[in-house]
Amino acid sequence: MKFSLEWLKYFLDTDAGVADIAAALNRIGHEVEGIEDPADRLAGFRVAKVLTADKHPDADKLQVLTVDTGEGDPLQVVCGAPNARAGMKGVLGLPGAVVPANGMELRKSAIRGVESNGMMCSVRELELGEEHDGIIELPEDAPVGQTFADYHDASPVFDVAITPNRPDCMGVQGIARDLAAAGLGTFKPVEVTAMEGEGACPVEIRTDDPEGCPAFYGRVIRGVDNNKPSPEWMQRRLIAAGQRPISALVDATNYLMLAFGRPAHVYDLAKLSGPVVARRAKNGERVEALNEKTYALDDTMTVIADDNDVHDIAGIMGGEHSGATEATTDVLLEIAYFDPERIGVTGRKLGLASDARTRFERGVDPAFLDDGLAILTSLILKTCGGTPTKVARAGEAPAEPKVIAFDPHLTSHLGGIDVAQDEQRAILGSLDFVVADDWQVTCPPRRHDIEGPADLVEEVVRIHGLDHVTSVALPRAEGVAKPTASPLQKQERKLRRAAAARGLNEAVTWSFLPTADAEHFADGAELWVLDNPISEDMKAMRPSLIPGLLAAAKRNADRGAYGSRLFEIGRRYFRGKGGASDEKPTLGVVLAGNKTSRGWAEGKSEGFDAYDAKAEAMALLEAAGAPVGNLMVMGEAGDQFHPGQSATLRLGPKNVLARFGALHPKTLKTFDIDGPVMAVEIFLDSIPAKKGAGFARAHYAPPALQSLTRDFAFLVPADLAAGDLVKAVRGADKKAIVEARVFDVFEGQGVPEGKKSVAVEVTLQPGEKSFTDAEIKAISDKVVASAGKQGAELRG
Amino acid sequence: MTDLDQLKTDALTRIENAPDAAALEALRIEFLGKQGSISGLMKTLGKMTPEERQVQGPLLNGLRSETADAIAARKAVLENAELEARLATESLDLTLPAHESPKGSVHPVSQVMDELAEIFADLGFSVATGPEIEDDWHNFTALNMAETHPARAMHDTFYFPDVDSDGRRMLLRTHTSPVQIRSMVKQGAPIRIIAPGRVYRSDSDATHTPMFHQVEGLVIDKDIHLGHLKWTLETFLKAFFERDDIVLRLRPSYFPFTEPSVEVDVGWQDVKGRRVLGGDGDAPGHGWMELLGSGMVNARVIEFAGLDPEEWQGFAFGVGVDRLAMLKYGMDDLRAFFDGDQRWLDHYGFSPFDQPTLSAGVGAKA
Repeated sequence: MKFSLEWLKYFLDTDAGVADIAAALNRIGHEVEGIEDPADRLAGFRVAKVLTADKHPDADKLQVLTVDTGEGDPLQVVCGAPNARAGMKGVLGLPGAVVPANGMELRKSAIRGVESNGMMCSVRELELGEEHDGIIELPEDAPVGQTFADYHDASPVFDVAITPNRPDCMGVQGIARDLAAAGLGTFKPVEVTAMEGEGACPVEIRTDDPEGCPAFYGRVIRGVDNNKPSPEWMQRRLIAAGQRPISALVDATNYLMLAFGRPAHVYDLAKLSGPVVARRAKNGERVEALNEKTYALDDTMTVIADDNDVHDIAGIMGGEHSGATEATTDVLLEIAYFDPERIGVTGRKLGLASDARTRFERGVDPAFLDDGLAILTSLILKTCGGTPTKVARAGEAPAEPKVIAFDPHLTSHLGGIDVAQDEQRAILGSLDFVVADDWQVTCPPRRHDIEGPADLVEEVVRIHGLDHVTSVALPRAEGVAKPTASPLQKQERKLRRAAAARGLNEAVTWSFLPTADAEHFADGAELWVLDNPISEDMKAMRPSLIPGLLAAAKRNADRGAYGSRLFEIGRRYFRGKGGASDEKPTLGVVLAGNKTSRGWAEGKSEGFDAYDAKAEAMALLEAAGAPVGNLMVMGEAGDQFHPGQSATLRLGPKNVLARFGALHPKTLKTFDIDGPVMAVEIFLDSIPAKKGAGFARAHYAPPALQSLTRDFAFLVPADLAAGDLVKAVRGADKKAIVEARVFDVFEGQGVPEGKKSVAVEVTLQPGEKSFTDAEIKAISDKVVASAGKQGAELRG
Repeated sequence: MTDLDQLKTDALTRIENAPDAAALEALRIEFLGKQGSISGLMKTLGKMTPEERQVQGPLLNGLRSETADAIAARKAVLENAELEARLATESLDLTLPAHESPKGSVHPVSQVMDELAEIFADLGFSVATGPEIEDDWHNFTALNMAETHPARAMHDTFYFPDVDSDGRRMLLRTHTSPVQIRSMVKQGAPIRIIAPGRVYRSDSDATHTPMFHQVEGLVIDKDIHLGHLKWTLETFLKAFFERDDIVLRLRPSYFPFTEPSVEVDVGWQDVKGRRVLGGDGDAPGHGWMELLGSGMVNARVIEFAGLDPEEWQGFAFGVGVDRLAMLKYGMDDLRAFFDGDQRWLDHYGFSPFDQPTLSAGVGAKA
């Protein structure tokens, strides 16, 4: 909310300067977001007198003026305004001054060959109003030479963020009251003169929706003149508040709202017929609002209507049809109390925001209907004239005052500051709370935010000063701090640093994806799709970490990166029980572009292959605590992967711990990235938790005897998985064979069609005694026999 | 000179002059081989009388061993020369680059979350988590934002069309505060937790992204007041930024889930165009920066979480993790956090070995 210092001082008697006021506002919870001093914008403009005005020799519409600036010789200024004439006083912008309306810096120049040393300004050029028909004419007593900022009494403007719990401060009066409580001066309550009025209000005022509109007061003023502008002092305050002056009637209601936080509405009586009633809208009823948009209403919304039409979306926006115009002569003033919740719901349904809604949905002062109406009436009468009728009142605003049993000790117990009870009493009193001797506190009705004792603590503490809160250490458990991380947290930390240590870069990508990308990885799962995404690219929650990383890898490739090794640890989003989400912790890896750049020793650059993906999968599974020795390499990595170059790693046939491999060319095409690209996904929630592990490792002593190796070259069917052969070989003698490792795979010359040669190095570990030749022979035979069951024959 | 002397002089000279290993081997065979001349002389010993043998024995043995030693010595010289000659051909240009191995990195958000966990563990806080796809009861209602509360509208919430089995509207959590509720419901009181994680708001510009990271703190106990909140935040910020001159300014504010509510500003100083936290914000060249929202947990929230507000009270706070990372490590564009740009990750990412520890200071120096 914006307001000028001068306006604030109307409600607050204070000598405090701008900086002190700003500091106090911050201190008591009204955050100052900006202070603008119009004097800065008006620098270089001053009151000047036109001494002579002659026709420009070369231009019909221009005049050449000599202007007295109050110092030195008069200046020659070229001016195009029709009202410029000798003897008048106006505002001169000197060279160097910047015109507020357009940011142009004035310079000494020649206009059609005649030297001009500045510019006589219009109202609009100085952003003081809309007028631009001629230059500003100042009264004769305006002192020549005075800076225009001083003459105009330009007042600094505060821009303050009012928190939603303080609608009472959405008017300058409320802010002044808070500042006075904080010791910044004396609050000056506005004296409201009762406005009796003549004759009964000729319009029947009624509320048929006492729930949505508990109180509806109105009165008619006859014979107003809405052609006059609102008074200069009011316009100035409205402009400072960022409100454009519109007409005397509209300005008066805006003024009431900004000064007192009290929205009201003015109807053109000529446009109304019959009783004016607050009622529920009918389903499908429509109204054209003042913003010239038409809204379809339903029966949860409160409206103000007459016999024919809806004239007001209650508490939110008036109707275009019955608003005040220049031709308006008789008006009906409305001041009502609307149910805050209803206003909020209606506003959200209609997607309609307004200053009135902001105040009504937070709660206006229910005790300010009569006073508000009197002030509005008097503002209108002063400018527009007219004769008011008596006030017609329908219903009553909720008036039951809230009483809270307060224990002043709570201030230190909750707020951590000792504030003397007398001071607490004084603070609450200065904010219009009534504190009884027994600390029963009666709240002013405008303070909708006060619900319980904690709110009173807040009032005391914020006015006393939060800066008086001193730090008090939290009680500390004895000894060294206990470990707090959960097993999952420890797993993720270890995994993250293991991945980084393996040369992968951790990325953080969006949780949401374009729907098509998400669908591509959904594998039939029902996606979570946002109702109101910020863009189509951020619409569906990811079912996989690969698409986000793939998109990042593509961006990197487009930027000329030679390769990307990205990983991310995050969640995949699925459907859980009871309509909740099931968010699965996951690690994703994408390897794209070059694995090695070309080098003097390495030769050509090399791309990634599926074994690189396997290496990451195995190493990271191990870091995550998976029993990697027991994993089975199986198929079905998913449609997103190359069918022949991908696999899953499983613990048992059903529990998939990870998938890895080359991505399918169709996936790459969808993401518009050059291949091959490898990917890994580890499903952390599938990794079984380690049970009962202590610090001590299993007992182990390195064997005293040296191990020995034997090589076996087998001819096997070309489609036999090497893993099956190795498993068979290892299983041939579980005690003696501690390792079996493929060291060569060959197909082609010398190997029969349909076969491949697989060479396996077998490591034998003797126990107590070295192996005898006969024992080694026996083991070898078992290896050959076991491999034979897989269709392998020893190569001759 | 005897024949033996002659033989010896001759042999030693030839050995000394042997040009290579092959010539030396030939000499060894010539002198010491089975048919060698010295071997032949040795064989004559058997036919000698004991007296002759006593004289000739030592002479011949001396000759044989001196010759063998000379051959060994010459062999060593030749081998050495050969090795040197070979090494001379093996020199490498070590200004050529070595094999490169990729350097991985940890994302600043993860690094900072690890730092937070480390600091708060020392203060007795454990790390709690909750779902990112939340229901509106946990995200709003239980935090004292009823359906019609104006503050709800200020949250720029992403909604799903779905409702859960309790009829609650599903949404992306707008803050980590629902974890407060879930933790209190699950663990009861007393409780000290931090809850870091992803949060979402429908907002996008240079300083706002639709997804960002927050960390929530919650302490519920008996007799906890604003003074404890201030101490905790001060202590945390001092440890996080590793500076003792952190100054806080508390300002009254409004959050539906706290009462009283406190906005926390931190003093900063302009150091070569960068805002560096530290010092009194009112001092010349300094300013205040809004960093955290906090307050005493609203009694209604404690009630919603199933605890008795007459018995339990405490504080909560929330702060942007990305923001903390930017302030500490000097990034200035939030959007880059979520781009996965290799160059940015190389520059701003952390070594895997920068695991935050209290003994080394939780931060990783540039």
